[in-house]
Amino acid sequence: MSEWNDRSKTKYVGQRVTRVEGPLKVSGRAKYTYDIQLPDMLYGAILGSPHAAAQVKSVDISEAERMPGVKAVHVVAGPGTNLRHQGQDVAAVAATTEQQARDALRAIRVEYEVRPHRVITQVASQDPERMEPFPALSDEAQTALRAADATIEGSYSVPVRIHTCLETHGCVVRWDGDDRFTMWCSTQAVHGVRGGMAQNQGVPAGNVRVICEHMGGGFGSKLGPGSEFAVCAALAKKAKAPVKLMRDRHTEQLTTGNGPDAHARVRAGARKDGKLAVIAADCFGTSGYSAQWGMPFPYVYRAETRAVRSRPVRTNCGSDAPLRAPMHPQACAITEQVVDELAYALGMDPLELRLANTDGVRKQQFELGAKLFGWEKRNPKPGSDGGRFRRGMGVGTSAWGGGGGPGSRVELTIHRDATIEVKLGTQDLGTGTRTYVASIVAEDLGVDISQVRAMIGDSDFGYSGASGGSTTTASVAPAVKTASLEARRQLFEKAAEMVGQPAEELDARDGKVFVSSDPSKSITFAEVCSRLGVAGIVANGTFDASLQQGGVAGVQFAEVEVDMWTGRVRPIRVLAVHDCGYWMNRLTTESQIIGGVIQGIGMALLEERKMDENTGRCLNPDLEQYKLPGPWEMPEIVPHLFETHQKVAGIGEPPVIPTAGAIANAVFHASGLRIRHLPITPRKLLEAMDERV
Amino acid sequence: MSEEKKPELSRRQFLKSVGAAAAVATVGGAAGLHKGHPETVGSPASVTPQGVGERTVSLNVNGEVHRLLLEPRMTLLDAIRDRLGLTGSKRVCDRGTCGACTVYLDGKPIYACLKLAVDCEGHKVETVESLAPDGKLNAVQQAFVNHDSLQCGFCTPGFVMCVNHLLKTNKSPSLADIKNACSGNVCRCGTYTRIFEAAESAAKAMREGA
Ligand code: FES
Ligand code: FES
Repeated sequence: MSEWNDRSKTKYVGQRVTRVEGPLKVSGRAKYTYDIQLPDMLYGAILGSPHAAAQVKSVDISEAERMPGVKAVHVVAGPGTNLRHQGQDVAAVAATTEQQARDALRAIRVEYEVRPHRVITQVASQDPERMEPFPALSDEAQTALRAADATIEGSYSVPVRIHTCLETHGCVVRWDGDDRFTMWCSTQAVHGVRGGMAQNQGVPAGNVRVICEHMGGGFGSKLGPGSEFAVCAALAKKAKAPVKLMRDRHTEQLTTGNGPDAHARVRAGARKDGKLAVIAADCFGTSGYSAQWGMPFPYVYRAETRAVRSRPVRTNCGSDAPLRAPMHPQACAITEQVVDELAYALGMDPLELRLANTDGVRKQQFELGAKLFGWEKRNPKPGSDGGRFRRGMGVGTSAWGGGGGPGSRVELTIHRDATIEVKLGTQDLGTGTRTYVASIVAEDLGVDISQVRAMIGDSDFGYSGASGGSTTTASVAPAVKTASLEARRQLFEKAAEMVGQPAEELDARDGKVFVSSDPSKSITFAEVCSRLGVAGIVANGTFDASLQQGGVAGVQFAEVEVDMWTGRVRPIRVLAVHDCGYWMNRLTTESQIIGGVIQGIGMALLEERKMDENTGRCLNPDLEQYKLPGPWEMPEIVPHLFETHQKVAGIGEPPVIPTAGAIANAVFHASGLRIRHLPITPRKLLEAMDERV
Repeated sequence: MSEEKKPELSRRQFLKSVGAAAAVATVGGAAGLHKGHPETVGSPASVTPQGVGERTVSLNVNGEVHRLLLEPRMTLLDAIRDRLGLTGSKRVCDRGTCGACTVYLDGKPIYACLKLAVDCEGHKVETVESLAPDGKLNAVQQAFVNHDSLQCGFCTPGFVMCVNHLLKTNKSPSLADIKNACSGNVCRCGTYTRIFEAAESAAKAMREGA
């Protein structure tokens, strides 16, 4: 049973510590997978299916094999293979230059037998063979709806969104023998990839080394070995040379995962006191061909009577992948609009209704947020601003696990030269892992953070789990802390002999080990180290459950301005109050929250994968037509770290959840127009205005 | 080497040929819409690549002149990344929408993915690596670190280059000026507001001569 340091006394832990790899990243010296260059390295490229549904009849690679520079051609989808979506891997080439590889792709002749497809969820869901009829409401639900003081009914939706990691999926594979290879890859799980690749290449796990020093975004789409990893390994083996295969933007958008859409036909009722009486809904969405889909609906708020059905719809689209809080933002956006509508139907303040349906931390957060945000200044009547530019406020909430789990193994070494290295096989997605690893150790050993080298992103280091579910910090930090305390104990034992005081009475700070009660009795850290044996001090750390705790709540308030002439929505400010437990680094924790809000703005106003039912193709597998938020969409974003306990919790996912719902509600409050289908585009707002006239 | 080798292939011809190849590919694809008919996608005859065959190009990058053997169709971005090993400029969209590949050409920011390396002969190219040649960060880079204006960091070099250029030409930029300067760049992790903060504080530091 350990405890975290008292933050009122710390130098690093819990303070605003700039990223240790910041200088590398701002100067372009950080090496990502995309940047790896090896001697004699070849470039790989993948040919994707042009069809949403087809069977491969034949693949002729003879022409491609004779193209200049080509060293290997690999067929992924041989004759007879059924292709389920556009972009699915068909064949791949490795050549001396990337251009030559791409040239050779065009020389591969594939015969396809094109099959019928379905790519739009609503269309597929109406296909009698793929859809069950809407379930009749149970007697109980009907009675509850009749008994409610206010009811609403509506269809809501959130479209498919694409992760759009700036560094595309890909890797570099170098075989170091027949049954042994090293790979550099952009991944959220170096150990997971090692296991997966060993299996799919049929080699012992110990013969695979996976390295990921820096990675350019994952958001859930890089949790396992992507199909391009195995393709790259096959090419490298065939060509007898290292191969770099990074997906191009087009197949990246088509094949490496997406966040599923969500559609819901909802009927809901509330009582006069604001309590949710009943929610009945038919929910559906697509995760591609796999037909696994579900969402936690209604989100957070509980109704006395719940009659909700979820059904997956199979489409010929790329498979989904967890996207930052899988299915939570969707469920939240829909639920938050439903409860908002109920509040207006009751003539009640939307915040009041939420307070009537929440308790504990979340309720405190709503109350605090309302005060900080100035909710009371809000005119209760929607669209009341008049004039061209109208402002409105909205609110939403989130719930997440974010606790840690066992498994991480940390190895810490204090060297005789007073430098320290900490090794573990986790990875940094941009959350600041290295920085808190170094902070924890520097704090406990009382040294400067620059003396600590945090080494991660290598499967040759001790096991650590995948970075998903906002579990990394809560899994890694406790293990580092355990190692750090053990190293401190050994250090003090050594120092005790030197200062002639018992180890229990020592403390460490500013490069000194000193007697707590009499700091003048001290010895420098460097001096203690110089007396160590060649092995230095070695300490190992494993998970300590008492240092972490999951279960976090959050609320966000948004203010927007709607241009009633153009239908354009401008986010003005967002206040994000999130339960962060005991944060490791105030600066990077705030950055996580800000980033979540910004992605939520994309979901509210811009992002949507567009499919064409006729051709079965995606219309925007690029960065031009798949709209990401940019500088001009930015509101003022205020992260508020809400402290509930002194244990570490994850914060990667929660802040992306409430934003879209809060913005949608703010748009309604500003304009009086309820846009139930995200994203809220100018066109939808203008159409809604037309309908109202 | 291809028969098509034409040392003085102009940029216009090159682009025309790329357009033609793209058009062929599209038609080939559309043929597949007649469901149930087998089709062949991309035959070498219909898409003979243009701009192949290496030639010598001198590139002045970060004050050093490099003589490189490269194909005329190679972009400046690929040349500096793959040939010179300057991988600070990132390839994200490879077609002029994200700004991650931003470099200076004769002092002005451009998308290196939209420029052919051959067209940069006789011009001065500067990459993000030129901002901290001896490892000491400049004011803009330091402000990015201080304000945590980066997460995964993949977009960061591009933003650093944009903000750095802005502050060279505008000592006291407004928030709108900063947004404008950054509007050709994309960050997926969501660091924009902290980039604005960094730009403001770097401008201040530079005015104060820090
Ligand atoms: S890579 Fe050049 S603009 Fe995106
Ligand atoms: S920091 Fe990751 S894309 Fe900008």
